[in-house]
Amino acid sequence: MAIPARRRIADVVAFVFATAATVFGLFWLAWILWITFREGAAALTPSLFTQMTPPPGSSGGILNALYGSAVMILLGVLIGTPIGVAAGTYLAEHGRYTRIAAAVSFINDILLSAPSIVIGLFIYELVVRNAGHFSGFAGALSLAIILLPIVVRTTQESLLLIPDTMREAGFALGMPRWRVTRQILYKAAMSAILTGILLGIARIAGETAPLLFTALNNQFWSANLNAPLANLPVVIFQYAMSPYDEWHTLAWAGAFVLTAFVLLLNILVRLIARKGKQ
Amino acid sequence: MSASAASLDQRPIVKSGASADRTFQLITAGAAWFVLILLAGIAASMAWGGRLAFKTFGWRFVTSPDWDAVGGHFGALVPIYGTLVTSAIALLIAVPVSIGIALFLTDIAPRWTRGPIAIAIELLAAIPSIIYGMWGLFVFAPFMAAHVEPWLSDHLGGNAIVGPLFSGPPIGIGMLTAGIVLGIMVIPFIAAVAREVFSAVPAPLRESAVALGSTRWEVLRSVTLPYTRSAMIGAIFLGLGRALGETMAVTFVLGNAHDLSASLLMPSNSIAAAIANEFTEADTDLYRSSLIALGFLLFVVTFIVLSIAKLLLMRINKQMGRTH
Repeated sequence: MAIPARRRIADVVAFVFATAATVFGLFWLAWILWITFREGAAALTPSLFTQMTPPPGSSGGILNALYGSAVMILLGVLIGTPIGVAAGTYLAEHGRYTRIAAAVSFINDILLSAPSIVIGLFIYELVVRNAGHFSGFAGALSLAIILLPIVVRTTQESLLLIPDTMREAGFALGMPRWRVTRQILYKAAMSAILTGILLGIARIAGETAPLLFTALNNQFWSANLNAPLANLPVVIFQYAMSPYDEWHTLAWAGAFVLTAFVLLLNILVRLIARKGKQ
Repeated sequence: MSASAASLDQRPIVKSGASADRTFQLITAGAAWFVLILLAGIAASMAWGGRLAFKTFGWRFVTSPDWDAVGGHFGALVPIYGTLVTSAIALLIAVPVSIGIALFLTDIAPRWTRGPIAIAIELLAAIPSIIYGMWGLFVFAPFMAAHVEPWLSDHLGGNAIVGPLFSGPPIGIGMLTAGIVLGIMVIPFIAAVAREVFSAVPAPLRESAVALGSTRWEVLRSVTLPYTRSAMIGAIFLGLGRALGETMAVTFVLGNAHDLSASLLMPSNSIAAAIANEFTEADTDLYRSSLIALGFLLFVVTFIVLSIAKLLLMRINKQMGRTH
């Protein structure tokens, strides 16, 4: 029985539309990446990694910004990860099926998508205003808050994936629950939790909004966490918005470094995760 | 840790396990509570920081379009309007495209291409928003100004109904450009959920429709979309929550103008962009408080939107037999 022409045409239209939508999505990815790599590759110089951010009109590098970003990301991970793993453990283990765990799980998902600029304002109110000055430490704290819900979520999910028979085996050996969690469950979930942390690092590496009024920026080399700290995203923002060509070039170079880092981390994590599954 | 473990071992096994267990449970429960307290703390500190603005202006804070830093009058209508309009444009683009992508990935694409294409779409979400902003400012806005906006104002600008939306000089920076960039940014979030729920539609349902002679389009329209409706609305709210709060990309291409304008081609402002642009320049308590009050509004609205999203998505998760 032949399908009437009108229905067949509707089907073809849907087919073409779905294909076009996918091409549309991939098109932007290709365009943005191509521009970033073209402009960034042209701006790459050795001095990028050896010199400090310059004043307008002269050349320089982004060494201080790279250092500041690395320190804040590291500190953010050191603060956010233990709390996140502990909270995720509660949601999946001791607190499973409790109302409080359901509430935390719900709120955590909202924090996961909450506007990061509000988190910057929060840390400003909490830390910067009380301290009286911007600081790298405040920047690291805001990154930790953005990382936290990611770690909570992945910890919870990867622990829930572990079959209960593993827990029961531990209990049957007379192990107390905390030992079962630490010595059996964390071992089994380790790679999944690490994957989550790496994805979290990729996310906070590019976060700009929460650093604007916590770490601010610093044109000079500074390792002082109690003072404004240079960082890659804010340098890119300020230099891109400036009217100077040299700064635009540096902003593209920074954008290239940042994008390459984030994409490589994402792809690496997915390759590892796929290998783990096989 | 090892020292305390050794000392615990000298006590009876059951008791040591119990007390260490309690400690461990307390620590993890404390961390879980911390997440709740954090959210409450963010809301409270925004409300506290914005109290001066709310007290000074009352309802006029959200109804007045005057944003005058020199005169000390702050009304947030323009950023609120800009946020809503750019998010609406973003959803108009992202929702159909995401449904198309989900359909393509679940029904049409050759099986071996599905994984790589899905990852590529996910990478759209991985690109930092500041990169979207730079690309938008240096590449996409000039492109819009040179090719798209002149065409729009020539062909639609004179139209009686939609004309006011597309009038004005084609400068590239404005609500339309910002909305399109936002749309691209939320596609991966909506598409990921759509794809997941599409592939979770029970096969017998779809097969029954096919057996009755439905075409692929009819299966989508009469089986897949109705079956996944609440989850799809959840996905759209998730995208909306992302679009409302997106900061850096919008800051680059929206123009930071405090004029109320009907035209989508004109510069405007958004809540997040206003905070990002002006917070470090805010030199009076009232100015700073007004920006934090904006942050409070943004936080409350995104909280509501994301809660709705989560509630709708939880329902489909239950249907699919998942507990979290």
